[in-house]
Amino acid sequence: MLEALRQRCRKLLEDKTVQLIIGYGQTAAHDPAFPLFITQPDEVAQLVWNEQCFCNLTKYLLKPEIRALGKPAIILKGCDERALQVLQQESQINRAEIYVLGMVCQGVGRPRAPKCESCDVPVPRWADEVIGTPHAPREDQVERGPQSDLSRSERSTLAPRYAALETFLKKSPEERLAYWKHELSRCIKCYACRAVCPMCYCNRCIVDKNRPIAIDTSPTLKGNFAWHISRAFHLAGRCVGCDECTRACPAGINLRLLNLALAQVGEEEFQFRPGMEPSAQAIIGAYSLTDKEDFIR
Amino acid sequence: MSEATNHGAAAAGDGAAPFEPKIIAYVCNWCTYLGADLAGTNRLEYPANVRIVRLPCTGRIDFNLIVKAFEVGADAVLVSGCHPGDCHYTAGNFHARRRWVLFRRLLEAVGIETQRIHFSWISAAEGRKFQQVVTEITETTRQMGPYRAYRQICEAT
Repeated sequence: MLEALRQRCRKLLEDKTVQLIIGYGQTAAHDPAFPLFITQPDEVAQLVWNEQCFCNLTKYLLKPEIRALGKPAIILKGCDERALQVLQQESQINRAEIYVLGMVCQGVGRPRAPKCESCDVPVPRWADEVIGTPHAPREDQVERGPQSDLSRSERSTLAPRYAALETFLKKSPEERLAYWKHELSRCIKCYACRAVCPMCYCNRCIVDKNRPIAIDTSPTLKGNFAWHISRAFHLAGRCVGCDECTRACPAGINLRLLNLALAQVGEEEFQFRPGMEPSAQAIIGAYSLTDKEDFIR
Repeated sequence: MSEATNHGAAAAGDGAAPFEPKIIAYVCNWCTYLGADLAGTNRLEYPANVRIVRLPCTGRIDFNLIVKAFEVGADAVLVSGCHPGDCHYTAGNFHARRRWVLFRRLLEAVGIETQRIHFSWISAAEGRKFQQVVTEITETTRQMGPYRAYRQICEAT
């Protein structure tokens, strides 16, 4: 698979289909892979593909300095491709100017990343070409779609992707708040979660605006709560669950739980999963006359 | 604003004086604000615990404002605007309604007391409803007591 990938990349660069390959590099066999940018055919030997290729490379498609290098070919897993789909829907990229090399994925990370345990997109769906042979999906990975007429507990058994959230929600609200107080007290406001997120592409983030100050910028508990609520909610109906924020966090805060909470309500109430269906209407920026309002008096 | 309200809340919640809840109401300019106005001109008395913040539309009521209200010492928040279909800007309240469906679930996951956040549709003709809603919220908040949990978060250094 790796050899096929390198050959394809060499060919793409040689015949000038693309000017740049955005892929994965690695220093030693079991180290985490890092983003690698290749412009010369001879450099393709540096490319790697293995279970350490965790990071979502779509973020780099938005960077002006990367765009300046010419038409890119990007190596994407099925889950990363969801991010590409959302960026396309939000008019952040021109899909025709990007060549997508989709990789069939058996799961990444060591130990396995949580997102891979319930993966239902092992094979990229809209790539220009797919490298690797699709394997038959495991029984528990078969997509079952939204089941809105079922109770919440029944649904959670059908959607193992929310299992971690369901376990967390069994705690009382006081315990949940105590958990976040403990976790968020470690946040140093480095904004790695923002820097790494493919959906966080605002030129000027709300925390950088100082007239008025919406979110306390100092890394106090007050500012950290406001920031993480804001970060999660600005991704409502957009987060594709690539878990890059959680991976990048130097304090090891499980930001995934907040993203899962919003993903779950999006699926339950609006039957929507970001980046899964190109023709589906996004949650935010649209409305329905029949939206739930049992909480409004 | 934050200095004064924080001290006032602490005094009311912890001192000998009975607890008086502090409620921030974010209301839309076209319906609920006029509803509150009507309550006033009709001499319908409602608790003075509510601080009204007038915004153009419920669609303008950013979720950060709700967090901000708790940061400056609110014990409850009311968000209110035009009935569905009555929005001055056609669909602002529909967008807002959808946003709150999502936002409430996020706050639940964080462990913030969502029963302190109230939503209502109050039209310009519903002065009496405004009076009732504010009275109810004040009473339930009085029973729940001050929102000490979030205040502790805001005071931690």
